[in-house]
Amino acid sequence: MARDRRRPLTRLRRRWRSYVLGAFSLLVLAFLVGPILLVIPISFGGSEFLEFPPKSYSLRWYAAYFSDHEWIAATLFSLKVASLTAICATIVGTAAAFALVRSGWGRHDLVGALIAAPMITPAIITAVGLYLALSRVGLVGQTMGFVLAHTVLVLPLVVISVSASLHGIEPRLEAAAMSLGAPLSSVLARITLPLALPGIAIGAAFAFISSFDEATVSFFLSTPGGKTLPKKMFEGIEWELSPVIAVVSTLLTLISFVLVLLIAALRGLRRGASPQAGFVPPPM
Amino acid sequence: MSINPPSLPPSPLRAARTAAPVSTRGARFAAPRRTLAGGLYRPAFLALLLAPLGIVYVAAFVYPIGAFLLESVWTKEGLSLANYARLVDQPLYVTILLRTFRIGLYVTLICLVLAYPLAYWLTRLRGLPFSLAVACILLPLWTSVLVRTYAWAVLLRHGGIVNSALLSLGLINEPLTLLYTEFAVLVAMVHILLPFMVLPIYSSLRGIPRDLGRAAQSLGARPAREFLHVVLPLSLPGVVGGCVMVFVIAIGYFITPALLGGPRMLLVSTLINQQVTSVLNWSFGGALGATLLAAALLSIVLLRMLMGAASRWIAEG
Repeated sequence: MARDRRRPLTRLRRRWRSYVLGAFSLLVLAFLVGPILLVIPISFGGSEFLEFPPKSYSLRWYAAYFSDHEWIAATLFSLKVASLTAICATIVGTAAAFALVRSGWGRHDLVGALIAAPMITPAIITAVGLYLALSRVGLVGQTMGFVLAHTVLVLPLVVISVSASLHGIEPRLEAAAMSLGAPLSSVLARITLPLALPGIAIGAAFAFISSFDEATVSFFLSTPGGKTLPKKMFEGIEWELSPVIAVVSTLLTLISFVLVLLIAALRGLRRGASPQAGFVPPPM
Repeated sequence: MSINPPSLPPSPLRAARTAAPVSTRGARFAAPRRTLAGGLYRPAFLALLLAPLGIVYVAAFVYPIGAFLLESVWTKEGLSLANYARLVDQPLYVTILLRTFRIGLYVTLICLVLAYPLAYWLTRLRGLPFSLAVACILLPLWTSVLVRTYAWAVLLRHGGIVNSALLSLGLINEPLTLLYTEFAVLVAMVHILLPFMVLPIYSSLRGIPRDLGRAAQSLGARPAREFLHVVLPLSLPGVVGGCVMVFVIAIGYFITPALLGGPRMLLVSTLINQQVTSVLNWSFGGALGATLLAAALLSIVLLRMLMGAASRWIAEG
């Protein structure tokens, strides 16, 4: 009797707990996504000033963005830097990840910490240091300087995601090919690289988006002649909160959304590997 | 053994799918695999593959930071710690240092309070709700910091959305000053750094076998006791990982404090910027940078020790 009476009560109490937990979690998720979604209607506003919710809708701010020479120049410059960074970081990072995984060096905590160091060093220190070093060799504001700086910032991401992929590849496949007389180059090109391709692609996507969005180093390295999109946005927010920035924000969110989907799809291809790899955070 | 003949897989997609079962089988034979992998390639070849990364790290990470931090001890009179003395002597700089650490601490604690329940809730989700929730966490993580900072500037400005909502609800009579305050910096930084707290906590919570909870219940533990003695200790590594990540990023964060903090709310990062770009006092900037880096390293060590002590304390009762 006593047991029967207590049971529904405990169940109710447990449910009550999980309802509170669910409601709290949904609120936190809304806090995370809300502000980002908010800028989308603002970008379609029809008035001369920023208003939310917009009283009328138009594409005038999109027209303003696409006809503004400075915004387009900054966008193209960022695309160039991010593409070159992704290429450099993917090549250097894939080679390093292969060496770290196949030699077993990557298992040491110290090596892991050294590889991740650019990711966890306070951004301002790396940024000012790079500003000092690159100004000594005249690379401030130059594509080369940005690519070098961004490459070092995104390399940990590439190494981590390619390593996760390589850990899932059986070295005996490589051994078998070698024992059948395949030269080293074709073992790597025809076995290791194709098998590691999803991880390499994830690394490249991480590298691209991290470089494209990187703000702190870009803040210091940008010059009037070589300005990235984040630096241009920084100046825009500093001076006035023009809806043109909402347009850029909407476009950037769209790019991030596509990349998150792409990475999720690639992660699905590689289900055997560590689930941690897709969660690696971007450098600031 | 169902290993594909190495000459066969022209399609990387198929190869990737077949790779998974092979690898799980290999994991059971860890020892022979290690010797095999070690003997497959010459160390010199592997070192050669690692060399480009080493060169990039030295040229674009070790050297720049070293050069910047060394600026702090090289003065006109030679080696001196005058810059560090100045940092400790002047109340203004002490205030800025303390403010930076206070904000870092608040951001870390608020993130922890918001992230832990969310991560716990995530472990119960399956299928589409799970994917949607993860997307809600990953999308902000991969969206430009400037997009998020802009959104908060729009929300918090004088005639902004928060103020007009509060006015129309009748909760306030005139707009509050929210932008260019410590509040604005705190809210925006919590928003930006929250995913860094959720993800490590989630992955350590997910690693806890469900049977452990059932075992605790079958032994008569109430949910609170089960949580305190089973779930919480086992998730501590994720908590510490998240806290280290959030605190270290927070104390060195530049973009958001620079845009939302305003000139009266200097933090160490914005002070370094001022010293380096306006005052051109590189040596004092270097001293600030070295202090910040030391604080970051110290916080990592302290949190690890704290975790060790906490898990020992929980294990003992």
